[in-house]
Amino acid sequence: MKAEDYTERNETIDTWPIHIVTYRVGDKYFCTIDNVDPGARFARAEGATREDAERVALEKATKYLGQTRRFPR
Amino acid sequence: MRDKVLVTTNWVADHLKDPKVRIAEVDVDTAAYDQGHVPGAVGWNWTTQLCDTVVRDVIPKKKLEELLGDSGIANDSTVVLYGDNNNWFAAWAFWQLKLYGHQDVRIMDGGRKKWLAEGRELSTEASKPETVTYRASDPDDSLRAYLPDVLAAVKSKSASLVDVRSPAEFTGEILAPPGLPETCQRGGHIPGAKSMPWAKLANEDGTFKSDDEIKALYDGVGVTGDKPIIAYCRIGERSSHSWFALKYLLGYKDVKNYDGSWTEWGNLVRAQVEKP
Repeated sequence: MKAEDYTERNETIDTWPIHIVTYRVGDKYFCTIDNVDPGARFARAEGATREDAERVALEKATKYLGQTRRFPR
Repeated sequence: MRDKVLVTTNWVADHLKDPKVRIAEVDVDTAAYDQGHVPGAVGWNWTTQLCDTVVRDVIPKKKLEELLGDSGIANDSTVVLYGDNNNWFAAWAFWQLKLYGHQDVRIMDGGRKKWLAEGRELSTEASKPETVTYRASDPDDSLRAYLPDVLAAVKSKSASLVDVRSPAEFTGEILAPPGLPETCQRGGHIPGAKSMPWAKLANEDGTFKSDDEIKALYDGVGVTGDKPIIAYCRIGERSSHSWFALKYLLGYKDVKNYDGSWTEWGNLVRAQVEKP
């Protein structure tokens, strides 16, 4: 068994840059999202298809990023 | 020096059945191990197995001895650590194993991400090594900074403080990495600290940059190893990564990891905070 269909890409949610990694192990797709800087994985999901896994992970990422406060300098 | 503490994914693949080599995965995402891991690797949970779960502290000596013994690690084993997020918690585990005196510890350069991206063999079977007896040394506090050490360093400017968090955390624009819970009352940084985000030390594929590149980065902010260095982040895991680079790649002698980090300093009543 190994990771297959491995892909990485960058996107933005509400001005926050994110990095999306998706791959398949066996019959499951796994998607993880990190926040680019510092690069901490904060959302992940699995699904029967790439689309399912990415959709759920992106929903979680959007929710968590929405909770991050910015403090004016 | 690099060859003694960093191994490539190729090296690990060639040593999967080497009885002297024990492999452990330590992830930020504690569920990642179960998705598939390096065959034969044990999985350590940083939230329960690599700390004292009552007092905020590193793993107690006895608990470490049990963890290593149960992982089939003997005092003369070569321990290879790897994990997600560019080896954040693998470096955290490396730091703790060094605190307790394990001689031969190495990090798989690039970590879990590189192993997956290269399409290497994965196993979903939890490894169950034969239990052995492990004897740890007393903790080596020369590798660890406590709050009084940092307070003294700020006052006397006797050490270089390195803040390895992201620029937005350093300036106080955010309190914690985006998407992660906020865990302090004030944003900013320890007075006098230099900003050198840990991520600058890493290549796109998660491997460490060359020694020359890392040295140039630290030279650029005036951290040259001519005086003691204290690295910190939010809870001490990202700073373990930078501590590893400063001590074991650049070979600077006096480098400490301040694991209290910003969750201690940023919650401390009347602690001085510098912005931006």
